[in-house]
Amino acid sequence: MFPPVPNPTTQPVPPKFGDQDLIRRSASNVTPPAQRQTEVAKLIDVSKCIGCKACQSACIEWNDTHPEIGINTGVYDNPHDLTPDMFTLMRFTEWENPETNNLEWLIRKDGCMHCEDPGCLKACPAPGAIVQYSNGIVDFVHENCIGCGYCIKGCPFNIPRISEVSHTAYKCTLCSDRIAVGQGPACAKACPTQAIVFGTKDEMKEHAAGRITDLKSRGFANAGLYDPPGVGGTHVMYVLHHADKPEIYAGLPNNPRISPIVEAWKGVTKYAGLAVIGFAAAAGFMHYLVAGPNRVSEEDEEAAERLAGEEPRP
Amino acid sequence: MTNSWTDIRNTDLVIIMGGNAAEAHPCGFKWVTEAKANRGAKLIVVDPRFTRSASVADFYAPIRQGSDIAFLLGVMNYCIQNNKVQWDYVKAFTNAAFIVKDGFEYKDGLFTGYAETKRDYDRSTWNYVIGDDGYAVVDDTLTNPRCVWNLLKAHISIYTPEMVERICGTPKEKFLKVAEMISQCSTPTKTMTSMYALGWTQHSKGSQNIRSMAMLQLILGNIGVRGGGMNALRGHSNIQGLTDVGLMSNLLPGYMTLPNEKEVDFDTYMSTRGFKPLRPNQMSYWQNYRKFFVSFLKSMWGPAATPENHFAFDWLPKLDVPGYDVLRAFELMNQGKMTGYICQGFNPLLAAPNRTKLTASLSKLKFLVTMDPLDTETSRFWENHGEFNDVDSSQIQTEVYQLPSTCFAEDEGSLTNSGRWLQWHWPGGTAPGEAKTDNWIMAQIYTRLRDLYRKEGGAFPDPILNLDWSYADPGEPTAEELAKELNGKALAPVMDPADPTKVVVEAGKLVPSFAALRDDGSTASGCWIYSGCFNENGNNMARRDTSDPDETGAYSKWAFSWPVNRRILYNRASADLNGKAWDPSRKLIEWDGQKWSGYDVPDIAPTAKPQDVGPFIMNAEGVSRLFVVGMMRDGPFPSHYEPFESPVTNLIAPKIRGNPVARVFKGDFAQFAEPASQEFPYAATSYRLTEHFHYWTKHVWVNAVLQPEFFVEISEELAKEKGIVKGGWVRVWSKRGSVRAKAVVTKRIKPLICDGKPVHVVGIPLHWGFTGAAKKGFGPNSLTPFVGDANIETPEYKAFLVNIEPIAGPVA
Repeated sequence: MFPPVPNPTTQPVPPKFGDQDLIRRSASNVTPPAQRQTEVAKLIDVSKCIGCKACQSACIEWNDTHPEIGINTGVYDNPHDLTPDMFTLMRFTEWENPETNNLEWLIRKDGCMHCEDPGCLKACPAPGAIVQYSNGIVDFVHENCIGCGYCIKGCPFNIPRISEVSHTAYKCTLCSDRIAVGQGPACAKACPTQAIVFGTKDEMKEHAAGRITDLKSRGFANAGLYDPPGVGGTHVMYVLHHADKPEIYAGLPNNPRISPIVEAWKGVTKYAGLAVIGFAAAAGFMHYLVAGPNRVSEEDEEAAERLAGEEPRP
Repeated sequence: MTNSWTDIRNTDLVIIMGGNAAEAHPCGFKWVTEAKANRGAKLIVVDPRFTRSASVADFYAPIRQGSDIAFLLGVMNYCIQNNKVQWDYVKAFTNAAFIVKDGFEYKDGLFTGYAETKRDYDRSTWNYVIGDDGYAVVDDTLTNPRCVWNLLKAHISIYTPEMVERICGTPKEKFLKVAEMISQCSTPTKTMTSMYALGWTQHSKGSQNIRSMAMLQLILGNIGVRGGGMNALRGHSNIQGLTDVGLMSNLLPGYMTLPNEKEVDFDTYMSTRGFKPLRPNQMSYWQNYRKFFVSFLKSMWGPAATPENHFAFDWLPKLDVPGYDVLRAFELMNQGKMTGYICQGFNPLLAAPNRTKLTASLSKLKFLVTMDPLDTETSRFWENHGEFNDVDSSQIQTEVYQLPSTCFAEDEGSLTNSGRWLQWHWPGGTAPGEAKTDNWIMAQIYTRLRDLYRKEGGAFPDPILNLDWSYADPGEPTAEELAKELNGKALAPVMDPADPTKVVVEAGKLVPSFAALRDDGSTASGCWIYSGCFNENGNNMARRDTSDPDETGAYSKWAFSWPVNRRILYNRASADLNGKAWDPSRKLIEWDGQKWSGYDVPDIAPTAKPQDVGPFIMNAEGVSRLFVVGMMRDGPFPSHYEPFESPVTNLIAPKIRGNPVARVFKGDFAQFAEPASQEFPYAATSYRLTEHFHYWTKHVWVNAVLQPEFFVEISEELAKEKGIVKGGWVRVWSKRGSVRAKAVVTKRIKPLICDGKPVHVVGIPLHWGFTGAAKKGFGPNSLTPFVGDANIETPEYKAFLVNIEPIAGPVA
């Protein structure tokens, strides 16, 4: 058992992180903190998940959202998609394994991946509407949001949703308000089987390694960790029984990674510097508008990497 | 449960059959994931549907609902044929060696003594040969053809893998894989745990489903050991408590029984409750029955229960029928013989079978009182809700009193979980509106009734006027007062039987445990098995110490586990005939030459020598029963019977329909579909979903969001055959009713091939009604037959016949 995050004191405590810990701020420059906080992560072990939706329930309760009572459309997924009132969603897939002829019921908790290189933040034109803390959490600041929807186009996982009521974008916050006071995310707390655990990114990788060994011993030769390098890794990771084909888990992107050309450019971006920022951003936005959602192309990545190259790496 | 939730982490193999723990018990299921992580345990799921439990299983095998006995006897047959038996355990700890009376036999699906007109057996031959010494005759060599072992072997030999496939529709190779995995647990160092629930109980042979697995666990040596056991996952947080304190119509607290009408006096009643040991040296613990019974009567009537009036035995009701279960209650209402009904924390309009009959029955009542935190359908049975409750209110004269009560999170008390743990809880909020605790409501009804009896007299006032009601506030007894009453106290000094000058418990003190209870009226205890829950050490149910020495999973200082804080029942059986643990890595208790001790409270007298005294101390034999004497109405061995509504006829006994001794009320038989019916060709079953809890959580917005609308589940093959599309509307109907639902078309249900014929399964979840936040819908009880288990009358909810067709949706 991974030790659960202990209950914190009921006394008020100062938040563990705040504006001084920002490493990125949309459409603006930040002075990076001298020291980066330990990176956190949430690990979702799909092989342990029983699809009970306790995480969805906890998410609704903690964030005090009010999703509508919908209808049944012939599947177990309810609501039918992420909404401004539903930041996380169990997606159910019935998959017949061609190698064993056995049915596998793949249940993946969908939601924000908290990318190390956040496409949403890169795409956002509103100053300070999307921020990234040094612990890895990518958060939306609603009073700065202009509801343009670029974040949806920038996101390689199709996560943010715009509210028709408040005209601002919503997604999983990784319970930044809970983590700031020493608690874990609400979904992890509610999960009965510890399919969702929370800790430092290193701890999560170590825990995942143990789980993967167990899965391999049970015949899942391709069990592995989903921490896609194309977005610099994520602060929400999955343990998958079939890590070689993430797309079978309700369309989890197979390879949202930076192309080899961009990788090669990495070394020189540092020197290309500010001169190309304007061009890159413009090219990036144009591309988003033309190419549509869910795809991070070479050009986008190029632009993103140039921007990323400006900032200190841990 | 024989074991506890936390003990499941100690197992090597979990079999989920007759239940769906991940779906219906998601929090308890964490111990399965722990076992997998802890010991590399494997999980097998056997179910008509590929369930949420199956989604995390190592192996899944399909089975046709209602054929579990054939499957389990098939596994038992496999184990015996392949010598996968824990022989030392079977020989020493079961009645395998006992010789059965001549005359007992099994033929054509029936045991000796069947009377068709009574739908009952004369069970006199279902017994042991008793020797001149008064004890049962045994043959330790197991060579006597009339010994239990040889009778069992012969009885189950018909259940070959081929026969299992024909009856159950489980492909032979899948059955053999399950049998092989299970049979590995016959060694002393490997254990299997059985997790089951209403998938086994809600059948006309539910008790025998469970017995089949219990017998399998015995021949594998898996009872009384860590990581083993028969683990019933109870359907409500306190349903274990309900049965413990005797809220069954034929029970008294602590599994004592109400007298029947032939037991007219105390001595007659006690004459059949002597529990004389059937083998030398055995404890036969029920020999203490009189102590528990007298202490119960003292807790009921206090000073008015005296030796002279036989402790007020005459004031107990005497049953004229085996029991007034819920099916009989509604039958009597329907006949106009029961005219008032108090319905406390119960929603029978959705929970009992054959809704048409239920509505008709409730409509004939003079009054109905409901006590519930929620606005239940039963409270509103008289209200027209269109197709969802299509009644003519003007024709219903029943007067309905709806008394709002607190829910568990708004009051104090204890809940008894599946693992027999009594866990105290405190209010987490205040109750809304006029809601009152159940204690307050019951006390107010009682004191008002008592005052009326005082003022106006009545036919038989004594039991009511003399009820011991010495609570600080007679208008609302506290949870603590009631807990102390259940625990019991000394009314006079309790003396040591070994030394009559020594006082064990002083008068007025709470007894430490039921060992201090006496049959002379010097002690009172409301529920002997709960004794120890609240004694002079304080409220043991409120303990919250998570220490667990050597990580055995016992957590002995957390809450209180009945009996006497014992965590694993029959734990003496975890050690061999010399008292050494079968599996040294899973030691539980051991004999040190003088006494028993270890991680758990020994389930044996502490100084009982291991070679002399058997581990099954509640049985007069001292051993467990592969052949059961007297107690089961439908046979000393389980036998395969089809459900009353079955898509096939009984392959091994074609003339037998349903369970031959299950009670069927006149008129209900005509409402069953014929076996292999053309009119109702599909095998339906009902079940819960994780998103909801019964009919409660549809009142909660969040849960209603997560699973908003009533649906049924069918295979892609059946959908294609009938032209049903995913998410489309369907009508499902049985011989008793009809419902409208959305269709979930899924690969998780596949047609089963039973004796060469495809059987289509229709799955019907149970969470919708016409009150609450979720969309209005129906429950499976609009469709299910009005028949229950032959022994305890649990309705046959898991196997019945329906038809299905696509329909146009409702006009928006």
